Amino acid sequence: MENSVFMFYLFSGTILFFSVLTVTSRRILRAAVFLLFALVATSGIYFMMNYQFLAGVQLSLYAGGIVVLIIFSILLTHHISYKFERPPFLNLSLSLLVAITGAGLSIFTLVTFPFQKPESIPVSVNMQVIGRQLMGTGQNGYALPFEVISILLLAAMVAAIVIAKKGQGNRDKGRGTRD
Amino acid sequence: MIPITHFLIVSTLMFFTGIYGFLTRRNLITILMSIELILNSVNINFVVFNRYLYPGQLQGQFFALFIVAIAAAEASVAIALIINIYRRFTSIEVDDVDEMKY
Repeated sequence: MENSVFMFYLFSGTILFFSVLTVTSRRILRAAVFLLFALVATSGIYFMMNYQFLAGVQLSLYAGGIVVLIIFSILLTHHISYKFERPPFLNLSLSLLVAITGAGLSIFTLVTFPFQKPESIPVSVNMQVIGRQLMGTGQNGYALPFEVISILLLAAMVAAIVIAKKGQGNRDKGRGTRD
Repeated sequence: MIPITHFLIVSTLMFFTGIYGFLTRRNLITILMSIELILNSVNINFVVFNRYLYPGQLQGQFFALFIVAIAAAEASVAIALIINIYRRFTSIEVDDVDEMKY
């Protein structure tokens, strides 16, 4: 019991600390690495809740896939010792005001809302249950969103390749309109 | 057992950190990173509501899975666009890419 409380504060402290560093760091590559730490700590929270499959997906897809993609694009577009300028003071203070007001309102609502205890008994989350429900079409079946997401992913991959392709014709067209 | 409110406060703070980054950053890749933070905090919310309020079903977990898939699709398309913009303008600062603005 004591252990899980300690782990919760460790993970949430890591998440908050590295989230703030991600949005304030002036070196872009460091910001990406801080984002990686925040995502890994989030998967720790999923492990605490006993959602092992989701935690694995978070680690492999988010921390392993998206962060690597971001780091690749940083290396393609920036010099490695590039440093941002500070944002203007007005912009910074207004954004801080928006963030603090929003967070204060949301936290006030959360603290005063009466959450009810659940009546249903917890289901055990093993791989068989997840697989059955993901491909099921009846009660608690998620076959339709699963298929829609598959098509979306396929379309996004094709679109990404088409957009980023170094097409000769595409380039010439761009040059032509500019000159 | 840790109360549900603590988890929700952590995810709220993470969400508004993402909002702050989205508003202050002037670089396309760092804006994308702020969006990832926002999506991730929403994921924590889904999972916590699933575990604490409706433990008999798995809706929150599946929605979190779908959000992760959407985030992957979004990141890949966004990075393809960023690379194309960089090829055209040799910069990905938001202030430099305003050709279609006026």
